[in-house]
Amino acid sequence: MAEMDTSSGGGHKKGPGVKKGKKLSTRVDLTPMVDLGFLLITFFIFTTTMSQPTAMPLYLPKDVQKPEDQNKVKESAVITLLLGKQDQVYYYEGIDPTKMMSSNFKAIRDVVLDKKRRTDPKDFVVVIKPTQDATYKNTVDILDEMKIDDIHRFAMVDITPDEYKLVLATEVANGIK
Amino acid sequence: MGRAKLPRKSTTIDMTAMCDVAFLLLSFFILATKFKPPEALKVDTPNSVFTKIAVDRNVVMITIDKDGKVFFSVSDVNRSEKTEIINDINTQKNLGLTDQQKAAFAKNPVAFIGVPFSQLKQYLSMSPEEQKHVAMSGIPVKDSTNNEMVDWIRAAVGAFQGSHMNILVKGDNASKYPSFQGVIIAFKKNDQMKFQMVTNPVAVPPGSELWKVNMASGTKAAS
Repeated sequence: MAEMDTSSGGGHKKGPGVKKGKKLSTRVDLTPMVDLGFLLITFFIFTTTMSQPTAMPLYLPKDVQKPEDQNKVKESAVITLLLGKQDQVYYYEGIDPTKMMSSNFKAIRDVVLDKKRRTDPKDFVVVIKPTQDATYKNTVDILDEMKIDDIHRFAMVDITPDEYKLVLATEVANGIK
Repeated sequence: MGRAKLPRKSTTIDMTAMCDVAFLLLSFFILATKFKPPEALKVDTPNSVFTKIAVDRNVVMITIDKDGKVFFSVSDVNRSEKTEIINDINTQKNLGLTDQQKAAFAKNPVAFIGVPFSQLKQYLSMSPEEQKHVAMSGIPVKDSTNNEMVDWIRAAVGAFQGSHMNILVKGDNASKYPSFQGVIIAFKKNDQMKFQMVTNPVAVPPGSELWKVNMASGTKAAS
């Protein structure tokens, strides 16, 4: 396979007195070449699968002016998540923001799942309110968290000034700059 | 006692066949690889468990960079829509763009708008090479009275009438929420309630709710 026929073809005989050249083997060790080949293959396999971006769909709620058009939710079935600076998450159940608790992105899963277990699945709603200090990553992470926790009813809404004040106060109390 | 001598076998294997296979695979992967188009802007997108691949046709892309600056672009396959968008903006805002300046947006495959309307004429007069090096201030979105993204989206909605428009938001991890909020307001004002965010795929955490759902249905898809 790897060697070529180097013998003089056609049975042509050299004349007397002509010195025969030493026959060198043409067999090449292909092992390094195979190594290199597979190295490049692995490189290409890794680069191709990694660079495919995915898309996360998001449906925005309609802004309605009339109170009777708004979706009604049960107070006891709502949990509100507020995204603060330094990757902090604050949450409260029901409609009373003063009962705000501090959390972070690691611990929030248990909080949400705990609430989910305690409420009727057809009423359960998560309200997400990012503050102006939250990053885009925080926003996407919390939406991703909804997907991971298999929550179908969630809404991203603007924060009220009162809630933002409470978040700032909590941040000062927790020493987060 | 005489012992039967075992013939010593050679340990060299013919590598040619293996080499052939390796390079065949290598050429396949090289040819199958689609390289990322050069990006004018470096954006680190966040991770998510969603597995649906981002579309690349009929795309209106809103890019938010790490400083919260907002950029507007349209996929290159939609040149007629791009022409319509720039014409619409030109008449709406009385910018007085020449055909050449319009073409700078419509014909440039990587055209990228990141300037307010007041600077648009000047920006489009530049050559593509100059455009790469100029510092863009981003489309104003944070101010509720002067959200220029509203006009861009309106123009895009008009241009894509009759065909499905995919709105993609590509945001940087470090960008702050107000820029994104401004973009969302622009979508809402144009009744575009559905959009997609570009993310990097990550695996579903084992033991989570979604993981259980996926296990139960026997599929990996999380879209």
